[in-house]
Amino acid sequence: MALVLTEDQELLAQTARDFVRTNSPVSRLRALRDGQEMGFSPDIWQEMAQLGWAGILIPEEYGGAGMGLADLAVVLEATGRNLAPEPFLSTVLLGGQLFTHAGSPEQKQAWLPGIATGEKILALAYQEARSRYDLNRVSTRATAEGDAWRLLGEKMQVLDGQNADALIVSARTSGEDNDQDGITLFLIAPDTPGVALIPQTRVDGRAAALVNLDGVKIDAESIVGTVGHGFQTLLHIVDLATVGLCAEMLGGMSQIFEDTLDYLKTREQFGVVIGSFQALKHRAANVFMEIELCRSAVMAAANAADAGESDLALLVSLAKARCSDAFVLATNEGVQMHGGIGMTDEHDAGLYMKRARAAEMTFGDAAWHRDRWARLRGY
Amino acid sequence: MADLETFRTETHQWLDANAPASIRGVGNTLLDGNWGGRKARYPNPDMKVWLDVMAARGWTAPEWPTQYGGGGLSKDEAKVLQQEMNALRLPAPLIGFGLTMIGPTLLQYGTEEQKHEHLPGIIKGEIRWCQGYSEPGSGSDLASLKTRAILEGDHYVINGQKVWTSFANLADWMFMLVRTDPEAKKQEGITFLLVDMQSPGVETRPIKLISGASPFCETFLTDVHAPARNVIFEVNKGWTVAKSLLNHERNMIASAFGTTAGKGRTMRDWAKEHLGLAGDRVADSAIRDRMAQYEMDSRAFRLTTERARDAAKAGRPPGPESSMFKIYGTELNQRRLELLVSIAGPHALGWEGPGFEDVELTLTRDWLRSRGNTIEGGTSEIQLNIIAKRVLGLPD
Repeated sequence: MALVLTEDQELLAQTARDFVRTNSPVSRLRALRDGQEMGFSPDIWQEMAQLGWAGILIPEEYGGAGMGLADLAVVLEATGRNLAPEPFLSTVLLGGQLFTHAGSPEQKQAWLPGIATGEKILALAYQEARSRYDLNRVSTRATAEGDAWRLLGEKMQVLDGQNADALIVSARTSGEDNDQDGITLFLIAPDTPGVALIPQTRVDGRAAALVNLDGVKIDAESIVGTVGHGFQTLLHIVDLATVGLCAEMLGGMSQIFEDTLDYLKTREQFGVVIGSFQALKHRAANVFMEIELCRSAVMAAANAADAGESDLALLVSLAKARCSDAFVLATNEGVQMHGGIGMTDEHDAGLYMKRARAAEMTFGDAAWHRDRWARLRGY
Repeated sequence: MADLETFRTETHQWLDANAPASIRGVGNTLLDGNWGGRKARYPNPDMKVWLDVMAARGWTAPEWPTQYGGGGLSKDEAKVLQQEMNALRLPAPLIGFGLTMIGPTLLQYGTEEQKHEHLPGIIKGEIRWCQGYSEPGSGSDLASLKTRAILEGDHYVINGQKVWTSFANLADWMFMLVRTDPEAKKQEGITFLLVDMQSPGVETRPIKLISGASPFCETFLTDVHAPARNVIFEVNKGWTVAKSLLNHERNMIASAFGTTAGKGRTMRDWAKEHLGLAGDRVADSAIRDRMAQYEMDSRAFRLTTERARDAAKAGRPPGPESSMFKIYGTELNQRRLELLVSIAGPHALGWEGPGFEDVELTLTRDWLRSRGNTIEGGTSEIQLNIIAKRVLGLPD
């Protein structure tokens, strides 16, 4: 597949950028952060779903468009430009993809159409305290009790956990804490006795929750996939979701870089615009190159995901490592080049910097992905 | 697409039938490839056979028009040809500045007469070209060049000195920048001129580098005569041609350095050998991280060159690629060699003689040579200026 957008994708990108510019100014993040606990706007999510974006990846038979990650990526790049916090990651990329790839026909029927219409919100609880980025580090336990299972443990920073119509929780049904085998995925209604959702406040303002599971009883029909084989499923879903996250990051770094360039062209000191100083020009050119390389990596990863290519994992690690480094670089440079104003809460630069850090530490940072690349390449 | 697959099959069969066995798998880089020209030596005569069979089809310059002897292939066909040559481990039949720099420039700016005079010699590998740009006082500030050309009747008389003229001592012709109007603003008094290196008054002297090699020369020009018809484009408009050619040069440097893999043993093998193993992994985690970083950046760079090609093919306007590719490609090559030197440790310290393997000695020389990559063809700092100005629109 060529590393160039198709005409349809160009159109989709244009629509998305127009919508985001009009309906999702960055300033609304402050209101969301300082106001309600939900972390995103249900009204805007409804509009996005009506534009078809929530269902891009969902098969047509379940009410979606049956399109690919390369298509969704152009939308996520646009939403990422203005840091839109709507639940693409939790619901579309993680929950939706999990059911699409590993759900039973009943589970698909129950959840996928609702995701496509924007009515259902899902949350994937895969992360625990000090599990870092390793999906196999699961200490939450599920113990068999007749036909049912009883879950005990705590998940952290579960994206949209407090907003979700259902939680999908990774728990250990056998083996030791770090084993890859023995992990099972459970579908849990948030109002099940023993489930406590405690909202967490993160630096980027996205909705996240601690999910406490205190002897939660779950019946066997509520398992997604098969008992003990959840790790491989999670790994694949997280790889796919990482491609989407990278597209969002690409949008964010592009926007903060363009904002910074505008500032370099207008801010005057010593009687000239500061963009005429070579010390800043060279750094700006460097950020520009880093973003260009990210764009290629993200497009290649999305194409590989859609074509089911065998080097998907390598390309995902490439894209995530590069986007993590470049987004942090573009936002650090953005704040530095804006000077004092960049340090104020009133200015947007700080919001990008905080989001860059949160995105970097979702699904593995650059060092983690370089290590994975090295392992995959046999060293 | 079906046509392209037919082309692939036929090309593969033809290459397999016509490529001599002894050239398969030989080196293909700027340093060990076949540069052609009147002074060419062929330690392996099959290299000349290979050049001649390919040149006869125009496949030394696959995408150039057939009326000048080129292959007349489309971008897609040329890509297939390259893929099939790679599959059979065939080296490029010919490399050099004729194909990568002056040829594309002539196609863009030359008259029909100039194209017919010079392109066939390039395609057949008969004429080797060198580049007379830099001068002792004009490095990054190239437009300040002083080599003077004065029109006398139907020819120019040239006096001055060029430096960093790659392989001037082996070249047959030089394309050069000369000052034809010393009164005009510095960019506006420059002319792009072709000079036969056999002309009386041309003298070349190789410069020894820190690597011990001498790929560059000083070129002295004393009352050298060049016919006025050898001016490319217009008199005093040479800067326009020069900039366009610099784009070709940056692309060439980027593609030559940015994509080469380690010779023989891979970096991974070297690392396992020198640093030992922890389980089945390279024991030193800091080196491991640098290796992954290099490999990943290298892959992202290749994907970006691919993206630029795909965009051009889809008719999208060309981007700022050449400056970016020049910076990134050359820095990647330096990083690769710095990393290999770190991996080899004391084994990278050999200059010559016993106690060092040939690959180690080559590494040392390559590392030293690579430090010039970010200087030649416009320093990285100049490229950053170009990106800042032309792409980002930052003011002077």
